[in-house]
Amino acid sequence: MSNTVFTPSGTFYKTTDLPAPTKKDHKKLGLSTDQVIHLFKEMYLVRRFEERAAQQYQKGKFGGFLHLYIGQEALSSGVAMVLEPEDDIITAYRDHGWGLVRGISAREGMAELFGKATGSSRGKGGSMHYFKADHHMWGGHGIVGAHIPVAAGLAFANKYNGNGKISTCFFGDGAVDQGALHEAFNLAQLWKLPVIFVVENNGYSMGTALARHTATDVWKRALAYDMDHAIINAMDVFSVVEAFQGFAKKVRETSMPIFVEARTYRYRGHSMSDPGNYRTKEEMEEFRDTDPIERLKSHILNSKIASEAEVQAWMDAVEAEVLDAVDFAENSPQPDLSELYDHVYVENDYPFHR
Amino acid sequence: MPELQFREAIREALNEEMRRDERVYIMGEEVAEYDGAYKVTQGMLAEFGPKRVIDTPISELGFAGIGVGSAMNGLRPVVEFMTFNFALVGVDQILNNAAKIRYMSGGQVKIPIVFRGPNASAGQLGATHSVSFEAMYSHFPGLKVIYASEPADAKGLLKSAIRDDNPVIFLESEQMYGMKQEVPEGEYLIPIGQGKIKREGKDVTIVAHGKMLHVARKAADELSKSGVEAEIIDPRTIKPLDLPMILESVRKTNRCVIVDEAHPFAGTAAEIGFLIQREAFDHLDAPVLRVTLPDTPAPFAKNLFDAWLPSPKNVIDAVNAVTYR
Repeated sequence: MSNTVFTPSGTFYKTTDLPAPTKKDHKKLGLSTDQVIHLFKEMYLVRRFEERAAQQYQKGKFGGFLHLYIGQEALSSGVAMVLEPEDDIITAYRDHGWGLVRGISAREGMAELFGKATGSSRGKGGSMHYFKADHHMWGGHGIVGAHIPVAAGLAFANKYNGNGKISTCFFGDGAVDQGALHEAFNLAQLWKLPVIFVVENNGYSMGTALARHTATDVWKRALAYDMDHAIINAMDVFSVVEAFQGFAKKVRETSMPIFVEARTYRYRGHSMSDPGNYRTKEEMEEFRDTDPIERLKSHILNSKIASEAEVQAWMDAVEAEVLDAVDFAENSPQPDLSELYDHVYVENDYPFHR
Repeated sequence: MPELQFREAIREALNEEMRRDERVYIMGEEVAEYDGAYKVTQGMLAEFGPKRVIDTPISELGFAGIGVGSAMNGLRPVVEFMTFNFALVGVDQILNNAAKIRYMSGGQVKIPIVFRGPNASAGQLGATHSVSFEAMYSHFPGLKVIYASEPADAKGLLKSAIRDDNPVIFLESEQMYGMKQEVPEGEYLIPIGQGKIKREGKDVTIVAHGKMLHVARKAADELSKSGVEAEIIDPRTIKPLDLPMILESVRKTNRCVIVDEAHPFAGTAAEIGFLIQREAFDHLDAPVLRVTLPDTPAPFAKNLFDAWLPSPKNVIDAVNAVTYR
């Protein structure tokens, strides 16, 4: 009765699905050694920040959902390095990496997870809703796919104002199944909006493997709209940098959108309650060997940018920064109860219904 | 003062605000080259050009979201829905994004956007084209909700809505677009949240907004012939609601009927009725009654539709009940 089975059994995600990484080293990409060091420290910060956050969550220090970005750090750091500071970034709920590369400090980010008044959203948003508006980091969005049209709107405003800025929008592979993506793609292509849509394809829509949730290859969503598109290896930060140097230049020049399938891997579960029974240990081990941070570390050592001892010193400094952030979050005050009614409306004297 | 149709009053507000502020633009289905599905935006493409008067595909989710994103990034969009019935396919952008992003960001973002278009029934259009949405939108913190009943109110409130830094739902009616009234020229702003006494009376308070104001007026004229003088309060804004004005009237008349072109369960009339009993219980000489749609979708057949829609007779019956006549 196989013809009455609706969801196919999955073929699994493999490292061979990743495009070959770039052969260019940092010099050929125009990156200084300082920039390489920055990338390493930042990616390691995101990694340790989340590992410590998970530990605190498991200790019961805070509640809510916690979706970890672990494994995907090369994308946020690589993209942030290429973009101008005033270019827009908007993402879904797996947003810690995006906040930390766009102006949210480890302290502010950790305090937000803890629901403290010192958090980036003053404890009003939590893990899924990191915002840093003055750094053009526009969230942190919890409804799958719903921020994709909003990204087109950010780009619409840039085009309307003729300011030369571009917008970038990140979402998981589950979001490609949402109608919001299709409406946004149609409008962005039709209206020539300067936006880069990026699916962070980590192989799973929550626990549903790619082959079980999408009828075609993800990148083919672009074909229906004649949209420029690309597939990149997002486990390698230099590949991300190289690709986005090209994408950003092109979108800035042409004011036409691009759809990028960034292939990556999430080492942890969808959220902290993930049973993990939808993928194999072998698959996870296979992707461990593509760890973007280990890969960059090897490059730093092999190209003699720094010694093992120097790298260890950076890592120790990052660890101290994260531990300080945990302390800061723990010792920060909760929002005052009066803040319950703040930030609903712009005015301070709104007559709330009671 | 010039006499304007309702649609002309809305257009005047749009034109004035777009001349005043380059950041204001309007988009929606058929707003530009077609000159507006209901001719509200007639002539605007010619004056402001295609950068600021933008035809959209039939893609409410997409263009509502673009409106929200552009407002976050510094513009002041007016998004026209051909009717609010069609907004349902994009309503996540309004209820989750427009209404909540400011709160979730701890006040970092503001979203000055107006979603406007016709609301409620417009004759025999069937069940999906006849819904009143003010109660649904008013349920969500972060939104302001306006449903004007007359051209002058529409102009003054729409200008305020466009200048407001919060998302505003601005409801109109296909059946009122041709209605005429003298409308103040130029800078005419009505504060959002301020109701208006549309008819003074001492015997009973009738609260009626939007298209129902006109049903209430007909009922009041009829009641007057038999010596009952109704006071009609038009809240104009559903959220925030001008409760003090309603209460002041009820404390004077001691009786109240609420007319609401919406279903009874959890509707605006239910909310206003609750507030009156909480705040003016000792002043009531009769239970507060409401005249609403029945708890059914809109029927098509003419006789069923006429029975479905609140009528002056329904209002008169309710007034007779609360005045024990």
